[in-house]
Amino acid sequence: MNSILKKRFLEQILVMFGREPKKPEAVSEPAKQIHLLKRTSNKEKLQAAAAHAEAHMSTSHKWRNRRWAVLLAANLLFVVSFYFDIQILEGALTASRFIGFHLIDLNSALQVMLAHKHIITNLLIGTGTVLVLWVLFGGRTFCSWVCPYHLLAEWAEKIHLWLVKKKLVIDQPVDRRLRTVFWIVFALLAFATGYTVYESISPTGIVSRALIYGPGLALLWVLALLVFEVFFVRRAWCRYACPIGLTYGVVGILSPVRIKYTLEGCFHEGNCRKVCLVPHVLDTVIKGRAVHTEVPIGPDCTRCGLCVDVCPTGSLTYDIKGLSKLL
Amino acid sequence: MSEADKPEGPAAPAAKPGGKVKPPPLSRSKRQELRRKFLRTVLLTGGVLGAGLSGFLPMLYARRQRLRPPGALDEKDFLASCIKCGQCVQVCPVEAIKLADLVDGFGVGVPYIDARDQACDFSCDAVQCVLACPTGSLTYRKPEFFQVRAGAALATKPVLLAKEKDPEPTINLTERMGVARLTRPELCLAIKGKGFKGQARGADFKGRMRYMAVDRWKPIPVAEHPYDVAECDLCVRECPIKGAISIETVYAPDGSQRKSPVVHEPCVGCGVCEMICPTEAASIEIVPREVWRT
Repeated sequence: MNSILKKRFLEQILVMFGREPKKPEAVSEPAKQIHLLKRTSNKEKLQAAAAHAEAHMSTSHKWRNRRWAVLLAANLLFVVSFYFDIQILEGALTASRFIGFHLIDLNSALQVMLAHKHIITNLLIGTGTVLVLWVLFGGRTFCSWVCPYHLLAEWAEKIHLWLVKKKLVIDQPVDRRLRTVFWIVFALLAFATGYTVYESISPTGIVSRALIYGPGLALLWVLALLVFEVFFVRRAWCRYACPIGLTYGVVGILSPVRIKYTLEGCFHEGNCRKVCLVPHVLDTVIKGRAVHTEVPIGPDCTRCGLCVDVCPTGSLTYDIKGLSKLL
Repeated sequence: MSEADKPEGPAAPAAKPGGKVKPPPLSRSKRQELRRKFLRTVLLTGGVLGAGLSGFLPMLYARRQRLRPPGALDEKDFLASCIKCGQCVQVCPVEAIKLADLVDGFGVGVPYIDARDQACDFSCDAVQCVLACPTGSLTYRKPEFFQVRAGAALATKPVLLAKEKDPEPTINLTERMGVARLTRPELCLAIKGKGFKGQARGADFKGRMRYMAVDRWKPIPVAEHPYDVAECDLCVRECPIKGAISIETVYAPDGSQRKSPVVHEPCVGCGVCEMICPTEAASIEIVPREVWRT
């Protein structure tokens, strides 16, 4: 026990017998330094820094788990509807009937309309239902909350990122304009040849049908895509090729459901951009880019919520346009 | 990525104050990276388009006719309009409709019927696959601008033998799927004057059919319904359409008389005769999209 503490101990005994505690005469050097720090710095800042560090430590998977549950439930509903013949959700993701209501995938419908050049009422009704549904929920929400290939690609992406971290593969980005080119090419091909070429290679359709009607050799194409994504280009299909995503993205322009960015409180560390499937939509979180204190994320966002889960400051949140005013 | 941005050569000149800000020339590594990115983009384009072109195989295989579900549009229109959802598969009580796979060469996910494995026996009584189709690929009646090939239209609505005594004995089928033809007369037991005893397709055969004698509404495996006939007439016996096929006395080239199955105009091409034919291979087969010729 050093002399300062010995003195303090005697002091404490005297206090026990009734003496008033008083300011100490001698304080150790390390303690002096901390006292100085506490006098000069802001208590709130210290607390905020501690809370921020804590937020970094705890990883939440709230939205990811909810999304996986919805995605699996939607696809399993197709499977059990056919398997047990309960007729709740009949068909596959390209076209289906939910308790009798026609639901037709917008991109598949577009391909058929372009190829066949003849539109029947049922096709129009089904397309309209899906259009209204995804205008409400936000176009590309379909991608992350329903598309079964998305889930497979999400896992492939995890493997890819792990391999990148181990320096076994290099991520090789591709020009994002390619997706628009593909969209136009597949639309033109359907129109010119009268055959829905894209539907033959659409992994969404292939995986959906494989789940419902049993696996087939077409899954080899899906496997090839996944291998390509694991070893070469991160999330290649969803980012650079899939015309379904672009079609739904256009629908999402008008959607009230979106992710909202709040500038205040953001540390601009970029964790959100690291987990994002479409990081270009999060350009607004880069230091100095936000044009307003609150900025909604663009229509190419799949509303997957990975950024919401990972953000340590709560700067990214789900938002429904107009609803905050009502509540 | 920011590491790659560092210039390797001489440092890029800083923008002159006051003058127009000219973008500094790209460093060698940056140029290389852009070139690699461009090449990768070209590679991905080629790969996806190459795979996409495999979607054209159905056009190449268009000559290899497949039996499409009842009410299918003509092949080209059918392939154009089919959205590949399989709702026709889901409503079929005997699961006669299958979806094509990658190597079938006529469109991943497009429905077809392999009549020898499982024929369309109209268990549903109403051709429900047509009702289920969301795009009009299967239709009761083609829109006016689709031409109906001569001989493809049925003279009258086909009478379903199982419904013969009902007030409405017909099914809503206006065009045939194909026509049955005695493609292998040399194998036909009827022509040989032979009988048949046992299970038509063997004990392992998975195909199902509804037998009016058993239960009109419940299809049972063909293997559970053995036959014992003095002269084989299984194709006629099990044909679900009234007046589509009969056993007639015909004259062979040498002048001798023999019995033979003869197909008539009401034949819709459902494929039950092909499925039930006990010879291996089937003596009678459906020629898909075949029309009636007098």
